[in-house]
Amino acid sequence: MASVEQGKQAIMLSKKHKAGLLNFLSAQGILVFFLICMFAFSLFSEQFLSQSNIMTVVRQASIIGIIAVGVTVVIIGGNLDLSVGSMLSFSTVLVVDLHDKIGPIGAIILMFFFTLLIGAVNGFLIGFMRLNSLIVTLAMLSAIQGLVLIYSGGQNVDIANQSDTWFAFFGRGYVLGIAVPVILFAMLAIIVQVVMSYTSYGRRIFAVGGNPAAAVYSGIRKNWCVFSTYLISAFCVACAALVLGSRVMGSQNNVGQGYELLVLAGIILGGTSLLGGAGSIWKTIIGVLILGFIQNGLLLLGYPYYTQWLVTWVIIILAVWLDLANKRKRLFTTHS
Amino acid sequence: MINMKDFLKGSGFIQPIWVFVIVITIFFSFMSEYFLSIGNLSNILVQTSTIGLIALGMTYVMINGNIDLSVGAVLGLSASLSVGLQDYGITIAVIAALASGLVLGAINGLVVWKTGVNAFIVTLGAMIGVRGLIFVYTEEQSFYATNFAFSDFGTASIGPFPVLALIFLICTLVMHLVLKKTGHGRNTFAVGGNPEAALDAGIRIGRHMMINFIIVGFFAALAGVLLATQMGAATPNLGRDYELWTITAVVLGGTKLTGGYGSITGTLGGVLAIGILRNGMNLMQVPAFYVLVILGVILISVLIIDQRLNVHASKGVSI
Repeated sequence: MASVEQGKQAIMLSKKHKAGLLNFLSAQGILVFFLICMFAFSLFSEQFLSQSNIMTVVRQASIIGIIAVGVTVVIIGGNLDLSVGSMLSFSTVLVVDLHDKIGPIGAIILMFFFTLLIGAVNGFLIGFMRLNSLIVTLAMLSAIQGLVLIYSGGQNVDIANQSDTWFAFFGRGYVLGIAVPVILFAMLAIIVQVVMSYTSYGRRIFAVGGNPAAAVYSGIRKNWCVFSTYLISAFCVACAALVLGSRVMGSQNNVGQGYELLVLAGIILGGTSLLGGAGSIWKTIIGVLILGFIQNGLLLLGYPYYTQWLVTWVIIILAVWLDLANKRKRLFTTHS
Repeated sequence: MINMKDFLKGSGFIQPIWVFVIVITIFFSFMSEYFLSIGNLSNILVQTSTIGLIALGMTYVMINGNIDLSVGAVLGLSASLSVGLQDYGITIAVIAALASGLVLGAINGLVVWKTGVNAFIVTLGAMIGVRGLIFVYTEEQSFYATNFAFSDFGTASIGPFPVLALIFLICTLVMHLVLKKTGHGRNTFAVGGNPEAALDAGIRIGRHMMINFIIVGFFAALAGVLLATQMGAATPNLGRDYELWTITAVVLGGTKLTGGYGSITGTLGGVLAIGILRNGMNLMQVPAFYVLVILGVILISVLIIDQRLNVHASKGVSI
């Protein structure tokens, strides 16, 4: 008898172990994919894994990454933010244009103020008026682009005296050999990740995104939570605008066009569900970096710039599909 | 006596968006003497035909509870194909362009059906990827139509009616009838309203979704061909932001993003509202930038009005 029991236990243990491995793969599948990608590219290109190349990729990805950190919080809270692209145009044009008029400090303060104001409008409409976030931020995308064009009169702006201003620090500077955009990106990511994982505020955002009604019944002020996620998103956009404006020292008035899609692509690729209530900043960072490294790798292999978009198309759908397939334990849906 | 609340809800005899269309028509005809002429009105129809055609298909997809973000890219690809393949003859070029729309729509639909991935994600991927296809095909070049029969078509008219406007109106009529009178139309509403109930009722929800994605792909491709005839050229970036304009028009027309509710007549109203606003403000010499802001404000106002009137739909506890 005892041996039968032991045998059963052993079988159960091995099953448990197997399930653990599967669970690990499904939870960290994107990380595995990331490592395979890196390995494959490094086989074909010698420069790919060089330190300078990796730093370049991370630096290039940092603008999208900074925005993605904020948008991830919005998505965990159960909403979407499509207006970040237009907002990036707005903030970059504003900070670059004001730099020559009132000096860098004033420009940065005003830029943060107005960007947060737009975020507050988003948050008010979606949090307190409880409107559909997709349509509201779509409308804001168009409206903010209009505001940028009205403000700039359709002209591009730039900073006249580019060599003697410390404003260049945010986009072009280095601290201890690491590019400032990367440091900003890492700091924002760590702070937001800590807030989301270890504070009651973060838990509340997860609760609101996961089950809004239950969150409200447990005494969470849902409206304020949603409102605050849009402020975080706007703050991240303002940081990205600081980096972008300072790196280019000028701005086209549609510089942020399409960023909302790249940001979303990175977040989805990382494995954060658009339904809300789940996700993490780490996943988003990996998603954004994968996009960056794929772009870089394809370029190093000699493919044209736009082939990365084709690859993005396939891997976004594959990533979400495999995640779903793992949850329902079958590859295809069964309905006809 | 018309019930005010029913009217604003859209369940009355006339849809609110049409009242808005009539109001801005009257407003602009007082503001500009050129506005209310046959020439200008048919001009508006031609200008809106591109977004209008896509919006017809988008209405189906949105009633079905999905969304298609890839229409702008599909439009761009079809426009490039219809101009770039003209060495093989215009007919073949146009057929290839339209076929590209059908195929891409079918791919989107099949992926949404078989994998169960959210249509937002699937078509977001397609939007990025198809734009890549355009650049692979065109190698970043713009194409110009050398055959004038092609570009003459865009400016042709039958009697006083421009051909493009006629095509748009005929398509609108057909799509309206299909939605109202056929089983596919009925099932589209059923699937959007409650997918599980539709499944239990024996409706093949996957197939209907796929058909609707093929429809929107076809209309995006048709719009691309017609836009290329208007311009006599195609650029790789053609169609950027068209998905936003289209969704705006459809939502203005009263179709719900959540699915199960909407109409082609409403969409026609939404498309005309955008067209009239752009045209009228042009005639009043307001810079084009302001239209963007005004459209955003109108879209949000429509949402607020809609929410205030449909309290039962958005009822939820709130602290």
